[in-house]
Amino acid sequence: MIRTRVVSLSVWLALVALALLVVARARYSADLSAFLPRAPSAAQQLLVQQLQDGLASRLILVGIEGADGATRARVSRALAAALRARAEFVSVSNGEDASQDADREFVFRHRYVLSAAVSAERFSSDGLRAAIADNLELMASPAGLSVKSLFASDPTGETLQVIDQLQGAQPRRESGVWSSADGARALLIGQTRAAGSDTDAQAQAIGLIRTAFAGAATGTPLQLLLSGPAVFSVDARLTIEHEAVRLSLLSTTLIVTLLLLVYRSLPTLLIGLLPVACGALAGVAAVALGFGVVHGITLGFGVTLIGESVDYSIYLFIQSPHGHANTAATSNAVTSLWRTIGLGVLTSICGFASLLPSSFPGLAQLGLFSISGLVAAAAVTRFVLPQLPVQLKVADLAPLGAAATRLLMRVRLPWGVAAALALACALLLYHDRDRQWNRDLSALSPVSDAAQALDASMRTDLGAPDIGDLVVVNADSEQAALQWSEAVGERLDQLADEKVIASYDSAARFLPSNATQAARRASLPADEPLRSRLAAIAASLRLKPDALAPFVQQLAAARTAAPLTRADLDGTSFALGADALLWQRAGVWHALLPLRASAPALGAATDPSAADPIDIDRVRAAVADVAPGHILVMNIKHELDSLYGDYLSEAVRLSLAGLAAIMVLLLIALRSAARAARVVAPLLLAVLVVAAGFALAGMRLTILHLIGMLLIVAVGSNYALFFDRRAADREPSALPLTLASLLLANACTVIGFGVLAFARVPVLSALGATVAPGTLLALLFAALLASRRTGGAAPRTGG
Amino acid sequence: MRHAAAALIAAALLALAQDVATADANPELDQLMGLLAQRRHGEADFSETKYLSLLRQPLKSSGVLIYEAPDHLEQRTEAPKPQSVVLDHGMLTLQIGKRQRVLRLADYPQLAPLIDSIRATLAGDRAALERVFALNFDGTLEHWQLRLEPRDPALAATLKRIDMRGERDAIREVQVLQGDGDRSVMSITPRE
Repeated sequence: MIRTRVVSLSVWLALVALALLVVARARYSADLSAFLPRAPSAAQQLLVQQLQDGLASRLILVGIEGADGATRARVSRALAAALRARAEFVSVSNGEDASQDADREFVFRHRYVLSAAVSAERFSSDGLRAAIADNLELMASPAGLSVKSLFASDPTGETLQVIDQLQGAQPRRESGVWSSADGARALLIGQTRAAGSDTDAQAQAIGLIRTAFAGAATGTPLQLLLSGPAVFSVDARLTIEHEAVRLSLLSTTLIVTLLLLVYRSLPTLLIGLLPVACGALAGVAAVALGFGVVHGITLGFGVTLIGESVDYSIYLFIQSPHGHANTAATSNAVTSLWRTIGLGVLTSICGFASLLPSSFPGLAQLGLFSISGLVAAAAVTRFVLPQLPVQLKVADLAPLGAAATRLLMRVRLPWGVAAALALACALLLYHDRDRQWNRDLSALSPVSDAAQALDASMRTDLGAPDIGDLVVVNADSEQAALQWSEAVGERLDQLADEKVIASYDSAARFLPSNATQAARRASLPADEPLRSRLAAIAASLRLKPDALAPFVQQLAAARTAAPLTRADLDGTSFALGADALLWQRAGVWHALLPLRASAPALGAATDPSAADPIDIDRVRAAVADVAPGHILVMNIKHELDSLYGDYLSEAVRLSLAGLAAIMVLLLIALRSAARAARVVAPLLLAVLVVAAGFALAGMRLTILHLIGMLLIVAVGSNYALFFDRRAADREPSALPLTLASLLLANACTVIGFGVLAFARVPVLSALGATVAPGTLLALLFAALLASRRTGGAAPRTGG
Repeated sequence: MRHAAAALIAAALLALAQDVATADANPELDQLMGLLAQRRHGEADFSETKYLSLLRQPLKSSGVLIYEAPDHLEQRTEAPKPQSVVLDHGMLTLQIGKRQRVLRLADYPQLAPLIDSIRATLAGDRAALERVFALNFDGTLEHWQLRLEPRDPALAATLKRIDMRGERDAIREVQVLQGDGDRSVMSITPRE
């Protein structure tokens, strides 16, 4: 006995120390990658990349509301200046004059390579005459003052042409800085140095903005609004952390209070919680060893899943006679108890093992976490707790058990009624099968509707395209990416003429390929034909002869200018656009051409849930023969939803496989199809009733509901197995204690998950709302279906 | 004597100050603005002559002006070529030939004062005018002249001044002198 105790405790302590070491050295991640697949398609890979560290993920949208336009503009400038001084920000744009002047200077200087109108025809005699006459007309209009200073050096109006080409990229200006379309909100865009997936760095950048704003806006009633992917991640992490801490504190308090009431002994309570702690530790350590990195979300859910492990010590304490497990007199009962618990653990393992092959790392981690956690908790309960030199004391629960037994004897749930209930639920679910699953990824999003609406309105105001439709060009070089972008652009221009799309963005607009630049430069006439053409035009348009002298000089300079490169964009607001639309990664150049659907009313927020207004198949067909294999046309929401849909279908398939594995396990262990069916029946019934309940309430199921159902089976199988054991062992005297321990275990589970159901984070509340009623129903059905055969004629099988 | 001289100078200064104060309050300008503000709708024929240094001879054009209080102004040129410029709620829509351009007036700090000056005058919006221009009223309500000179020297470099002439609530002539010496004269004849 003493030796057993020494060996058990030393092995246990050694394992705990090892696990602590692994847990302390593990890498933890809070980014989105838990939701992203391991082997995605090319489009999905690009999407994942963009979500993790693409430029879009590094933009923080800032709004300033309140007071008047002049005050907002002053604070916008002060805020931008403060943030530009920080290394955490690559750039901060607010539309103020410095960047506007740089933009104008850039457009003017490079107008002959930027303007899509530049061609040999435009600079022929007729073309020049028409262009100059047009521009003269504009100059004579009331708006002429705006173009007058340009006329002598740019009589064909290429500067305006380029501004037209780039229009839509510039937000409204109010008091010299960017503002919303209604003028009520000043706007800024900050680009962080850190990747969007680096939530800690993003949180720090957001903190900097808040501090800088507080300094800049002192003494004003102005309000700060923040949006963007990084803001969402940081907020979501904060909310999940906050909710998880708040709710686990609440449920822990409730469970501990309940257990204290029952045990009436602090040492017993602490010892009862030991398996839970060891299970959590083992779970984290296993995930760290198996995956290299532990996702925050795994911890969040895993710790709730471990709730099953508190049940083991409850069964041990209450069902072992005298609350003692280490006397020879009770060894038979203990062996029988452990056979049941062991089978329960195995069933749970079958359930959770079905998550292991998931291509969703979050689910796979959850599976491993649960399996190792449950095994560790059961092992600690079995081998360590009885060896602890502590006298376990438990209040006598026999009266409670006896009362429950008397109640149970009176209530019957005939198998026919159970079958009818199951059938009714199944029919309801079959009837609702199309609406049963929510295949929209946003169903899991912790971002509130209000926050999404704010983001959409700020994006519209800034002219940033929504997450919508994209053409993606993949090439070996920057020049190839630009040339194909231009080729795609020509097709998209046609689609815009046919109103299939409204417009599109392209890096080639402000950074044409060298080939296009060379072609445009080559179409500019040499001094001599130009001078004589202009002389004739000046005469016919009644221009003074020397009015266009600057034009001749500028054209000569443009013909021999060095090619425009990415570096020339530095200091202009186009630099940000170029980096968003054209980048290199792992030797591949990617160019994005975001498409805009026909413009919504000015200032109207686009409805993110609306069906895709662009006929993506026509876009696909239009660009099909431009560099096949290098061009992707995709709808981001569709890709994300299909990604999620794939997980969901896969998870459903895997869960069904897990259920089949549980059936096989029970068949082998119980050696009776009837007994296996009786164990599984109450669990299936509970799952069906819960699912039907969601359908009746009009709630659609997400992947988290599915995990919840798996958990109903995992936890509920313990209940059903106990009733099965009691019936098989024909030990009527054990019924009250079995019932009492099951009631207590179930109360703990219902409290734990019931509290979770009130979380404001959809993923947590979905899990809670499924498991709390589901386990209660599983216990109820297991008891009611078993009670019919109390003292009955079940064949005695097994050991 | 010295005291007397000082008193005289003080009195003169005081009178001057009062004069300035009176000029600033300018009751007739206020009356004119009040009169203009009452007018909710107007339609008039215009003919305009532009003298541009680039051109060997002036450009002449004519058409219709339409105004709806307080912020819709349209200039429809009919000759020599149809052209329209519509200012509505701060958005300027230019239709020249087949080409349409939409500009937000606020984005064009050089252009905005010129176009908005006529709208603000028609609306009787003295505050809007005075934000950008120093105003100088002359004449009577029956025959008034109003000179607008930009306060901002940077603006004055492109737009030197605007001279308006009118009778009661009708503007009859707008002369614009640009910084480079180019100028235009628009005569306006209200339609009844």
